[in-house]
Amino acid sequence: MPGLDHGPNAPDRSERVETTRRNMRYGLALFAVYLVLYGAFVGVNAFAPEVMERTPLAGVNVAILSGFGLIGAAFVLAMVYGWLCRAEAPAADEEFRP
Amino acid sequence: MIYEFNLNAVLVFAAIVAVTLGLSFYMGKKARSASGFFAAGGGIHWFVNGVAFAGDYLSAASFLGICGMIAFYGYDGFLYSIGYLAGWVVALLVIAEPIKRLGKYTFADALDSRFQSRSIKFAAAISTLAVSIFYLIPQMVGAGVLVTPLFGLPHWVGVVMVGTIVILIVVTAGMVSTTYVQFLKGSLLVVFSTVLVVLILNRGLSTTPDGDPEWQPIRTLGPIATDRDDPEDHWEGLSEELNVPISAIGFGLDKLRPDQIPIRHKPFLRIDRPGERLPQFWAYWYEDATQTRMVLYETQTRIETPEGQVFINGELSTTGGEQPDFRPVGSVVELPGGKAQTGPSGPFAFLRTLGQSRIAVWGSERVKDADGTKITVYYPRVMSGSEVLTPGNHPSFRGIAPQKQRTDGIAYTAPSRMQQLLPGINFVSLMLALFCGTASLPHILIRYYTVKDQASARKSTIVGIAAIGFFYVLTLYMGLGAMTSGAMDVTNSNMAAPLLARSFSQWLFAVISAIAFTTVLGTVSGLIIASSGAVVHDLMSSVLRIEMHDASKVRVARIASVGVGAVAILLGILFERMNVNYLVGWAFSVAASANLPALVMLLFWKGTTKQGITAAILVGMVSSLAWILLSGDTYTSVYGLPAEDAWVPFSQPGIVTIPLGFLTLIVVSLLTRPRRDALST
Repeated sequence: MPGLDHGPNAPDRSERVETTRRNMRYGLALFAVYLVLYGAFVGVNAFAPEVMERTPLAGVNVAILSGFGLIGAAFVLAMVYGWLCRAEAPAADEEFRP
Repeated sequence: MIYEFNLNAVLVFAAIVAVTLGLSFYMGKKARSASGFFAAGGGIHWFVNGVAFAGDYLSAASFLGICGMIAFYGYDGFLYSIGYLAGWVVALLVIAEPIKRLGKYTFADALDSRFQSRSIKFAAAISTLAVSIFYLIPQMVGAGVLVTPLFGLPHWVGVVMVGTIVILIVVTAGMVSTTYVQFLKGSLLVVFSTVLVVLILNRGLSTTPDGDPEWQPIRTLGPIATDRDDPEDHWEGLSEELNVPISAIGFGLDKLRPDQIPIRHKPFLRIDRPGERLPQFWAYWYEDATQTRMVLYETQTRIETPEGQVFINGELSTTGGEQPDFRPVGSVVELPGGKAQTGPSGPFAFLRTLGQSRIAVWGSERVKDADGTKITVYYPRVMSGSEVLTPGNHPSFRGIAPQKQRTDGIAYTAPSRMQQLLPGINFVSLMLALFCGTASLPHILIRYYTVKDQASARKSTIVGIAAIGFFYVLTLYMGLGAMTSGAMDVTNSNMAAPLLARSFSQWLFAVISAIAFTTVLGTVSGLIIASSGAVVHDLMSSVLRIEMHDASKVRVARIASVGVGAVAILLGILFERMNVNYLVGWAFSVAASANLPALVMLLFWKGTTKQGITAAILVGMVSSLAWILLSGDTYTSVYGLPAEDAWVPFSQPGIVTIPLGFLTLIVVSLLTRPRRDALST
C-alpha cells in the first residue's frame, strides 16, 4: 500500500542518477552566480552605503534598481536552469550510441 | 484609529471563506489514504503547485508586514522582500533536485533517507515543530490585526476565527485542499495587488492626498531662530513662539537641554504648560545643519492617566457618543518644483519624483511618567525622498548608513569602531538568515512532494519564483503608495495595505482584507500540515515505533492538527503586540540554523554521519533560539528590559548560528566516522 514504507522513492518516474547529478552541477553553478550578485548587494549596503543613493538611470536610485535587478535575476536564473535541465543527460555507458 | 463594522467586507469575506471551505469538503472525499492526506497523492499539476507555492509563501508577513514597513520606514521593508525571494534561488538551485529523490512525506524523511535513524527523525521532527510554531505566531497575530478593524471585535476573536476555520479545512482534507486554497489565494493576491498598483500610479503624488477625508496637513510653527551652542538663546526663541515659560520646555520625553541631547534622542519637545493637566508634544526639525532655524510640527498623542482616563490628542475618550480619534497620516510635504500634485505617473517617474520630494514619515515613542501616566507620542519626521528610498531608517537597520545626514542636522556618530561595525554585522546576519531560510522551511519543502516528478518540481518552483518576484516588486509600490496616501493608521503599520485599498474604494478594501484573510488561512493550513506530519509520521511512527494502519494515521494526523492549531491560537493571542515581520525573521533564523546545514551537507558531502546530522540540527536550533531569547530586540519587545543588558552583541543570530550548524556537523561527522573494518549503512 503506498505510503507505508519509508525508503526513497522508487525511481520509476524519476530521473536517472546521471541526469540528477548533471542538474545539480548546473544548479550549483547558477547558484554561485546569484550568490555573487546577492553578496555584492549586501556588501555594498553594509560597507559602502553611499553608493545606494546615486541615481544613474531614469532618476531612480541604485538601491531600488539593484533590488529590482536581484528579483529579475532570480527569475532569469530559474528559467535558465529549467532550460538547461530539460533533457535527460546521456548515460555513461551510452557514449558510443549511433 | 476607530474602525466601523463594514458590511461589504464581511460579505466578501464570507463569500471567499465559503468557497474555500466548499473546495475543501469537495476535495475531502478524495483524500482517503495517508498518502493523500500528507502529499496530495503526488498528483498536482506543476502550474497549480507553482502558484500554490506563491500562495503558501506570501503570508501575512509578506503582504501586511512588508507593505506596512515600507509605508512607515521606506526602503528597509523592501530589503526583506529581496532576502525572502533570494531564498527561493537557494531552494530551486541547490535543494530541489536532490530532495525529491530522497523522501516521501516530510522533511525528516529527506534527512533520514540514508541512515534510517530514529535520532535524526526525532531531531528533524522537533525542528519542524519549533519552526512551524514560530512561523504560525505572526500569521495568527496578522489574523487578529485584520479582523479587529473589520468587525470591531477584539484581537483574540480574529485569532480564534482563523484557527477554527483552518483546523476545519485541514481536518477534512489535509494537503489537497490546502493546495487549492493556496492556489486561489496566490492568484487573487497577485491580481488585486496589480490593480492596486495601477491605481496608485494613476493617482500620482500630491501634497494634499485625498485618500481619507479626515486627513489634514500637519500644523507647523516657526521657523524659530535658535542657537544650539547657546542654550539660553535656544530656549528664548521657543519660549516666545510657544508662549510658555522656559521651564516648561524640554527635548524628548526626558526634558533635556539642547546640549544634553544624546545621539539617538527622539526629535520632539515636551511642554508642560503650567496649570494644564496634560503635556503637549511638538516634533521639531532644524532647517539645515547649522541648526539656527527650527520648525515645529504638530504630533498626535495618547495619554492614559493613572485613574484610567484616556485622552486622544488632548480629548477625552469615552465609551459612548462621538469619540476622539487619531487623524490619518502619510503624505508628501513638498514635491519637486513646488508643485501641488503630479497627476498620473509611470512606474519610474513615480519613484523619481518621490526621490526628489520631502515626505512626512511618522514614528512613535512610549513612556511612563513618574506618577504612572502612560504616554504614547506619534510624531512626524520630514525626510528627503532620497533618505526614504535607501536603507537605514528602520531600527533593525539603523546605523548601516552613517553618512545619512539626518534632516534635523544631528549627524549620527558611533562611540567606537566596534559599535560602528555592529549594525552592519547585524544587517548581514539578517540577510543571510533570509537567504538561507526559505529552503529550510518545512512547510515549503513539503510542497515538493506534491508533484509527480522532478521536472514538475522544477517547473513549479520557476512559476513560484515568477509570481513571488512580481508580487514583491508590487509591494514596493504599495508601501510607497500607502506612505503618501494620507490614509495610514498611525498606531498600526500592519493595516497599511488594506487602508491603502480603502483610500481608493470601500469595495477594494473589502476584497483586499478578505484576500489578506485567506492569505493567513493558506499559510496556517500549510504549517499545520507540516507539523502534524512531523508528529504522526516522524515522532509516532518512526521514533516511538507506534504501529498504525493507514486509516489510523489519518485520524491521528487530524487530532495532531487540532492540537497544533490550538497552540497556535493561544500564542497568537499572547503575541498580539509584536511586529509580524520580526517574528518571521525569528522563524527564518531558526530554520536556517537548524535545517540548512544538515540538508546541504547530506546532499553534498559523503562524510556526513547520522550523529553529525542529529547534532547539527539540535545545536543549530538551540543556539539560534538561545541567541534570539538573549538578544537586545527581544529584551525590549518581549521582556521590556533595556537593550544594553542583553547577553549578545547584536540581535540577528544567523551569521553565528548557521556556520555553527555546519561546523558541528563536520566535527561530529568526522568524530563518528565509521571504521573501515565495521559495516556502515
